Amino acid sequence: MKNINQKDYEKYVNSKAPKPTLLKNCIWAFIVGGLICVFGQFITNFVMDYGLDKKEAATATPITLIFLSALLTGLGLYDKIGKKAGAGSIVPITGFANAIVAPAMEFKREGFVLGVAAKMFIVAGPVLVYGIGSSVIVGIIYLLLKA
Amino acid sequence: MDYLKAFVVGGIICVIGQILMDKTKLTPAHVLVLFVTSGVILTAIGIYEPIVNFGGAGATVPLPGFGYSLGKGVIEAVKEEGLLGAFTGGIKATAGGVAAATFFGYIMAVIFDPKTK
Repeated sequence: MKNINQKDYEKYVNSKAPKPTLLKNCIWAFIVGGLICVFGQFITNFVMDYGLDKKEAATATPITLIFLSALLTGLGLYDKIGKKAGAGSIVPITGFANAIVAPAMEFKREGFVLGVAAKMFIVAGPVLVYGIGSSVIVGIIYLLLKA
Repeated sequence: MDYLKAFVVGGIICVIGQILMDKTKLTPAHVLVLFVTSGVILTAIGIYEPIVNFGGAGATVPLPGFGYSLGKGVIEAVKEEGLLGAFTGGIKATAGGVAAATFFGYIMAVIFDPKTK
């Protein structure tokens, strides 16, 4: 066992580690992710019934979902859903809010500036960097193509 | 009917994320970054808009939908304001979500403490 190289060791570990059942995970992700989107559709329809136009509804819906997810994360409920749902609870915008609140709570003892406020963006930061960054690039390319 | 479409489209997008997480070494953070960026690019080349028209919230609630808002916002802003729009369009279109995430995220993190497992 002393001479085992890293590659063999990795193989050995992989053979012993419990195999996550991909199909089961996918079914859970599909159901939970789908249901979160159905709820989003419900909010959209609801606020449009109250006279918001399509653009306003496209803003009100994520705001509502983010609020609820941040609250459920604070209460410790969102992570319970996430245990089974996997990507179903990570990929929707609610997962984005969860990824903000969870580390921020965890690092509160490091203070309200370098703890809460800084750690909020451990996952959200990269998402904003790459999302906004790529949107600027798309804007510039579009401008050049149009000219 | 729009609920069924939202369920199926949203579910499929999440399954793609699940497969990426299970079959590759990508962490959830990597998947989110990948999905947002893909949303921006797919919107720019005109592929994501039809998915949104079909799936509604099923396409806009998952993270590629955030990229869709960024991409759509930037293109509309460039049409109206040119180069300035390339810098303002994305954030303007997603301002509500970003501000809500920052504000509610902070408030909830301050009010609540992590549950001990």
